[in-house]
Amino acid sequence: MSEKVKQLIKGNEAVIYGALMGGATHFFGYPITPASEIAHGAARYFTLSGRHFLQAESEVAVINMLYGAAGAGARVMTASSGPGMSLMAEGLSYIAGAELPCVVVDVQRAGPGLGNIWPEQSDYNITVKGGGHGNYKSIVMAPHSAQEMCDFTYQAFELADKYRITVIILADAYIGQMMEAVEIPEKLLEGERKDWALYADKESRENLVTSILMDPQLQSEHNWKLQDKYERISREFCLWDELECDDAEYLLVAYGISSRICHSAVEELRKKGIKAGLLRPKTLFPFPEERLKELAGSASKVISAELSNGQMAADVERLCGGICPTERLCWLGGIVPSVQEISEKIESWAEGESK
Amino acid sequence: MIVKEKPKAFYDTFERKGAGQKVTHYCPGCGHGTAHKLIAELLVELDIQDRTIFLSPVGCSVFAYYYMDTGNIQCAHGRAPAVGTGIRRTHKDAILISYQGDGDLAAIGTAEIIHAANRGENMTVFFINNAIYGMTGGQMAPTTLEGQKTLTTPLGRSSGRDGNPIGMAELMNAIKAPVYIERVSLSTAGKVLKARKVFKKALENQIEKKGFSFVEVLSPCPINWKMDPVEARSWMQAQLEPIYPVKNFRDESLLPPPHDDTLPQMEEKEMKQLLSAGGAIPEGKNPAPDLEQRVKIAGFGGQGVLSAGVLLANYAIARGYQATWLPSYGPEMRGGKANASVIFSSRAIGSPVVAVPNVLIALNTPSLISFEPDVERGGLIMVNSTLISDKVKREDVDVLYIPASEMAKESGVMATANVIMLTIYLKYKGLADTEILKKILPLSVKRKDAVAVNLKMMEKALTYFEEELT
Repeated sequence: MSEKVKQLIKGNEAVIYGALMGGATHFFGYPITPASEIAHGAARYFTLSGRHFLQAESEVAVINMLYGAAGAGARVMTASSGPGMSLMAEGLSYIAGAELPCVVVDVQRAGPGLGNIWPEQSDYNITVKGGGHGNYKSIVMAPHSAQEMCDFTYQAFELADKYRITVIILADAYIGQMMEAVEIPEKLLEGERKDWALYADKESRENLVTSILMDPQLQSEHNWKLQDKYERISREFCLWDELECDDAEYLLVAYGISSRICHSAVEELRKKGIKAGLLRPKTLFPFPEERLKELAGSASKVISAELSNGQMAADVERLCGGICPTERLCWLGGIVPSVQEISEKIESWAEGESK
Repeated sequence: MIVKEKPKAFYDTFERKGAGQKVTHYCPGCGHGTAHKLIAELLVELDIQDRTIFLSPVGCSVFAYYYMDTGNIQCAHGRAPAVGTGIRRTHKDAILISYQGDGDLAAIGTAEIIHAANRGENMTVFFINNAIYGMTGGQMAPTTLEGQKTLTTPLGRSSGRDGNPIGMAELMNAIKAPVYIERVSLSTAGKVLKARKVFKKALENQIEKKGFSFVEVLSPCPINWKMDPVEARSWMQAQLEPIYPVKNFRDESLLPPPHDDTLPQMEEKEMKQLLSAGGAIPEGKNPAPDLEQRVKIAGFGGQGVLSAGVLLANYAIARGYQATWLPSYGPEMRGGKANASVIFSSRAIGSPVVAVPNVLIALNTPSLISFEPDVERGGLIMVNSTLISDKVKREDVDVLYIPASEMAKESGVMATANVIMLTIYLKYKGLADTEILKKILPLSVKRKDAVAVNLKMMEKALTYFEEELT
């Protein structure tokens, strides 16, 4: 019998499987719909496997517990949704300043404010562009399936350690709540000792974890060093997926749940002879900029499809400017479009052009 | 004993500091120097310097890491107890010193200090109370006295407008978990000597892993009080100490000693076993026939609608199909309605949303009313005719009326109606493989004692199909 085990689990549960196999040792959390199953899973499986789970008093405390445990050399994570992400903005900024490795899962819901628990993709800006104060970035990975919830979280801990950065898994209510078959990663990973972290021993006694640099010259150097790091990450690492892109005249750009619907729309459109394609960024920072520009060069329209007011579209438009006309398909408030809605829109453009 | 030399736990020169690396950044007559020195001496005396991690707050002592030759971490304003909690869960034997001022601990960080105390985190908190904000230049603190003038209470603190001075040691004393709570003062040499004893006890508690120790330190801030250092110390005795009594509040825990119940870390093999304990889906062979089914199962909460969807998705995967399951969830579920969307297909599934089902399994009347119009032309509607007296109005779909709830009655478990419906559906579509269904049932039924009864209902459905529908 092969060792590969397939289980039908929710995306939110798959996160925990990926995290534990990825070497996560600490989960600090605060319940919030539609991310709560991640905390539930952590409470059970982190505890049973000799790792640590703690339910904190708030997301403010959560992110500072991550700061402490990451500063102490652990592989740490939490999971939340929009309102929790807002509360964590302060801590995420400190973590960026102190260059600590952390993994944060954001199962997006509709905002602003309390909004509702249905999917939106309106945390794009606060995750991809920074979110807290200061010039910083996080690596942002955008899973579109339960398997990717597992695999991206698994990979996130390695990336976080390698670059000393926060890796955000940007999911949404549907990707978190949906069940699919998931295979557990093969190898149990483990974090290594970090020469900069605090181990409460003689070897690490000289170490200092901080984000304060009173001398403007030193702060400037530090900030430029961070910018260089983000540049380096952009050069070294970017993930995306393509569906029928090579000859696409109508190129959809979408991630997460939107990309699943666009996938179906592309299949529908191809059946009707319309050359549609889908570019699916699996990382939003870094964004597949070069590939998008290349594909835009041969497309007649590039269409961003997302559950926000055009947060990602702004980036797509910036990149395609002067290369190819762009369109936005946006849904708000927890409304998820039908496949038909998207394919009919593109059909209407295609008909318009053939006239 | 106060030794007149730099403690060994201080750096020789303060190289992290910019100019003036021989002296601290504290103002003349400030209490921080004294408190720092007492702690630094004790780190050497108790032989804990190497394993100490000093948590600097935001406030005047933000730069404590200039001086303390220990592991150092600088924390966001008020968050040191949360940061310390994170470190504590990582290194059991670390000595954690959270050194916080009155803005940090008693204003912005009240939630973090209370909950760290309540968890009984094994750490030592030194709370430096000088009744004013020092770092930002002399604004009101939560501990500022009534009538005391600061930059933000230029006419004096008024309790009606600005609230009242807060006693943090008293507040801590309302929580059961701390093992040690004491307030000391740095107003006289004698009180400093007393403070040293208290500091020592608070650190020894942590070495002995007793739990959370809290020391409030009344400390002078002559510059912001606009006094000279001598005057400041008199003011402390005359004004501060009557409001904040210097005393021991607690010297032993009110709770049993904390115990560490962390399990040993699992290795790879054990971890994989743990994570697959839910049960692996048997390996699916090539699916036959080639198809895509978009199934909506809808009914009341409690009818097992969601788990019926899980059963179907598990079964489809075991047959070699790809499958997705999407629930209705949250408040919608609590409202008594539930539905599950299951798609299974020979090819990669795009959207998991079932907007146009080609199969609707309606377990109650509202579900039939809601979803009948959405069903694809040529699709299938299955009606639980025990609970639904309405007939399907559509003429462009196949319809099966099954008295599923009636059939389920015999089993004593009404939720088995969905297994009956699913079995008949699979049979009707030529997709039923009873051997696989039997293997899949235990994976999909939450209550293990309900497996047998579900299997029985499956058999009953098969018989019904043979007798009534062929």
